[in-house]
Amino acid sequence: MRRLEPWLQLAAPALLVVATAVVGSFTSRATEIYFLTAILSVAIVVAIYVFVGNSGVLSFGQLSFVAVGAFASGVMTVPLESKQNVLPDLFPLLRDHTIGDIPALVLATVVGAAFAFLVGVPLMRLSGLAAGIATFAVLEITHNLLREWTKIGPGATTLSLVPETTDLTRAAIGTVVIIAVAFGYQRSRFGRSLRATREDASAAQAVGIDVHRQRLWAFTLSGALAGLAGGLYVHMLGSITADQVYLELTFVTLAMLVIGGITSLWGAVVGALAVSGLDSFLSEAEQGVGVGGVTVDLPQGARLVVLGALMAIVLVLRPSGLTGGREFGLPRLGRREHVTRDATSEGAA
Amino acid sequence: MSPAVVGWLDAQTLVDAFGLGAVYALMAVGIGLVFGVLRLVNFAYGQLIMAGAYTLAFTSQAGWPTWAGILMCFVVVILLSGAMDRLVFRPLRTQSPAVMLVTTFAVAFILQNVALLIDVRDDTIGEPAASVASLNRAITVWGVEVRKVTIVAVVVAVVALSLLALLLTRTRIGLQMRAAATDFATARLLGVRANTVIATAVLLSAVIAAAVSILLTVQNPLVAPDFALKETIIVLVGVVVGGIDRLWTATLGGFSIGFATGVINGALPTDKTVFLPSVVFALVILVLLVRPSGLFARGGSSLVERV
Repeated sequence: MRRLEPWLQLAAPALLVVATAVVGSFTSRATEIYFLTAILSVAIVVAIYVFVGNSGVLSFGQLSFVAVGAFASGVMTVPLESKQNVLPDLFPLLRDHTIGDIPALVLATVVGAAFAFLVGVPLMRLSGLAAGIATFAVLEITHNLLREWTKIGPGATTLSLVPETTDLTRAAIGTVVIIAVAFGYQRSRFGRSLRATREDASAAQAVGIDVHRQRLWAFTLSGALAGLAGGLYVHMLGSITADQVYLELTFVTLAMLVIGGITSLWGAVVGALAVSGLDSFLSEAEQGVGVGGVTVDLPQGARLVVLGALMAIVLVLRPSGLTGGREFGLPRLGRREHVTRDATSEGAA
Repeated sequence: MSPAVVGWLDAQTLVDAFGLGAVYALMAVGIGLVFGVLRLVNFAYGQLIMAGAYTLAFTSQAGWPTWAGILMCFVVVILLSGAMDRLVFRPLRTQSPAVMLVTTFAVAFILQNVALLIDVRDDTIGEPAASVASLNRAITVWGVEVRKVTIVAVVVAVVALSLLALLLTRTRIGLQMRAAATDFATARLLGVRANTVIATAVLLSAVIAAAVSILLTVQNPLVAPDFALKETIIVLVGVVVGGIDRLWTATLGGFSIGFATGVINGALPTDKTVFLPSVVFALVILVLLVRPSGLFARGGSSLVERV
C-alpha cells in the first residue's frame, strides 16, 4: 500500500481530469465548453503551482507566460493567406511563415520557458512582497507590449482566425502531461530542494541548497508549462485579446490555487475544478436550472457576486484550502504517515 | 533639443505630476496604515474608494446638496470598511500573507460586482456625479494651467499627513499603533488592545479613502465599477517600492510612483506614450532589484525574510 501511494498521488488528479473530459464528451456542444474551460484552468493552475506552490514565493507574473505562449502559438498558426491582411505590421519572419498546430504547441512551451528564464535570472533573487510586486510588473509589461506592439501581434485588436484544434481529447492529454511533469518535478531532487527552501530558507542554505538556482529551475519549468497551457487555451478559443490573459485570469487562477490548497498538486487540481465547476453552474443558474425539484434562478450578474462570496467563505473558514494543502491519500492513511514518508524518502538524498 | 528633454523641463508636466503624486500619497497612507498593524495588503482598498464615488454620484442624482453628499460618502466608506474588518480581516489575522491577499481579491471582486448589479439597473454602465465637478475648472498661474482639484489634492494631502503625524506621535492611541506596527505580540503583552488599535487604523484608512474618492470623482466624474482599480494597483506597487514596513517610506513610495508616472508621461514622445506602463514597471523592477526592502528603507532587508 505504501509503495502504491506515490502513484495514487499522480493517478488521482490525472483521473479527475480524464473523468471531466469523459463526462464532457457526453454533453451537448453548448455545455462542452464548460468542461473544456475547466480542464484548461487545471492546466494553468498546475503550471502556476509548480513555481508558487513549491517555492512558497507568491508570483503574479505566471500569466505572462500563458499570454506569451498563447500569442506565439496563435500568431504562428493563423493561415498564411489571411495573415498578410489581418496582421500586416508583423516582423517579416512572423508574417511570412505559418506552422502546424502541434509544432505551435511546442513553440509555445519553448517561448514560455525562455521568457521565464530570462525574467527569472534577475528576479529570483527577490522574495516576499518584493517578488510579488516585481512579478506583477512583468505581467504589466507583457500585457502592455502585447497590446500595443503590432510588430509581434495583433495589438489592441482581437487575434482571430486561430484554428480551433483543442478539443476535449487534446485538452485532457495536454493537461495530464502538465500534471505528470509537475508531479515528476516535485518528487525529483530539484523539487525537494525547493520545497526545503520554502519551509526554511536558512536551513536549506545551510545544507548546501542554492535557493536562487532552485527557484530559477522551478520558474523556468513553470513558464514552460504555462506556455503550453496558453497554447492549448488559444486553440480552444480560436481568438484572443491581450486583456483575456491579464488581471482577471491572474486573480481567478490564483484564487483557484489558494482555495484548493497552495502547497499540493492535488490542491491545485481540486481548486481549479471546484471553482470552474461552480462558475459553470452559476452561469447556467443565471438562465435558470432545476436542482432536485427546486428551480434556481439568479439575476444576471449575480454569478460573480456569489462566486466571490463563496471564495471568501472558504478562505475564512478553511485558510489552508479545500485539500488542506496535502496530496491525495486514501482516508485510512493518516496525516502522520504522509509527513514521515516525505521526510525519509530516498528522493531527498 | 529633443522633445523628451523639453518635456522634462515643462512646468505643466511637473504640476500635473505633483497633483497625481499627492493623490497617490494619500492612498499609500491608507494602505500603509492597515498594513502596519495587520500585515495585510488590502487589495480591496480601491473598492472602498469606488463605493464612496458611487455615493457621490447617486446623492448628486438625487439632488442632495454637495455637502450632504460628501458627508454621506464618508459615512458609507467608513461603515463598509468597518464591516470588511469585522467580517473578513479579523478571522484571518493569523493567516499567511498570501491567504489574506487572495481574500482581499475576493472581497474586491464581490464589491465590484455588487456595484455592477446596482449600476446596470438603468441599462447603462457608469453614473455621473455632477455636484462636485465644478472643482475641476482650471486657473492659470504664470502660464501654467492648474486645476483647482490639484490644489485641493495637495492641500488635503499635506493637512491629512500632518494630522496623522500629530496623531501618531502625540497621542496615546498613536503610540500604541506604532508599537503594534513594530511588534504586535510584544505590544499586546504590554497592554495594547489589539481590536482598538486595528479598528483605529481601519477607521483612519477609511477616512482617507473617502477623501480620495472625492478627489478622484472630481477629476473623473463618470463612476464605473472599476473606478480607482488602476490607481489602487499602481499605489500598491508604489508602496512596496517605497518600503511598506514604515508609513513614511510607503507614503513617499506612493508619491514617487505618481510623480514619476506623470513626469515620464510628459517626457515620452506622443506616439510612444502607449508604452508608459512598460517604462514605469521596468523602473519598478530595477528599483526592487537594487533595493528589495524599499527605495527609502533604511539598510536591512527585513522584508525579504519575513514572508
